[in-house]
Amino acid sequence: MQIINFISATAIPMIIIIIIIYGIKEKKKVFDIFLKGAKDGIEIVINLFPTLLGIFLAVGLLRASGVLDFIIKIISPITNILKIPSQILPLAMLRPISGSASMGVAVDIMKQYGTDSIIGKITSTIMGSTETTFYTIAIYTACIKVKKIRFVLVAALLADLAGMISSVVICQLMS
Amino acid sequence: MLNIIWPIFIIISVIYALIAGNIQHVSNEIFDSATSAVELTLTFFGTICLWNGLMEIAKNTSLINKLTKSLKPFVHFLFPELKNNKQAQEEISMNMVANLLGLGNAATPLGLKAMQTMQKENSEKETLTNSIAMFIVINTASMQLIPTNVIAIRSSLGSQEPSNIILQVWIATVIAATVGIISTKILMKRF
Repeated sequence: MQIINFISATAIPMIIIIIIIYGIKEKKKVFDIFLKGAKDGIEIVINLFPTLLGIFLAVGLLRASGVLDFIIKIISPITNILKIPSQILPLAMLRPISGSASMGVAVDIMKQYGTDSIIGKITSTIMGSTETTFYTIAIYTACIKVKKIRFVLVAALLADLAGMISSVVICQLMS
Repeated sequence: MLNIIWPIFIIISVIYALIAGNIQHVSNEIFDSATSAVELTLTFFGTICLWNGLMEIAKNTSLINKLTKSLKPFVHFLFPELKNNKQAQEEISMNMVANLLGLGNAATPLGLKAMQTMQKENSEKETLTNSIAMFIVINTASMQLIPTNVIAIRSSLGSQEPSNIILQVWIATVIAATVGIISTKILMKRF
């Protein structure tokens, strides 16, 4: 348990230090370069805001109206058998379809159940280990104008499913 | 996609709330959600700018090149058909490195370039080759070293240990990617 915490806590500082040491070794003006990159980040955030606003409205309404609880109630008999917390199901369903919508749901879940609860950790792990599959396939296939994508969607969704199931299992094992 | 999902979510919620008698909650939530969006954006503001700044340093050093080279055996294993296509191999490796470092904005254009390079050797332009299929599946698996966005969200929501999910994420990612790669290798022989 302590080793896990240690690895998780050390990863980010180590990466930062490696990058900076490389920069100094190659005689780069690390701080100036940092400032330039950070400034470019502002644009990314500003472009993100309208999407988040729209998604938070839609997801917030789903929860406040009781629709989300209703869906969870319907699916919970199945998830109980599989020992998957039913609260994460809306996330699992939206994750491959929309990055921002699933982020909205993830924030909602963590607000309600706590970031450090098992449900909060499963939510975080799913968000970190899976991608917006449909979107990725769409932009990659559109750029070369292919029509037959063969088995790609099946394989990608299998990977997502594996990622989600292992997120649940790992978080339950590690707590 | 969101042009369909977004209105459906809102319409269903309002109608359900009217029937269930929750309309006051829904009304409050409209304004709460706007505030939440601002709070989360502010959280991202710091993290994204910080990470972008650090990665800008990485991009300016030979670190990226070294990482790209170290991926060579992996690329050879995944894309045996590209044995003689050095350009495609290099673009694929660069896309992978960008993904690993969480440079989403750099990864996509690199990925699209790799797609076009591989498409040149494709004799049936409307059908995916095995290599292109593998490349797409790998890009749908989130191979990111540090899930910065998730950590930022956790931190903003008051987590005691925001980064204490990294190892879990690594394990889950590796399992997901392995399943994706194996199923691609199996399915490409039959379909």
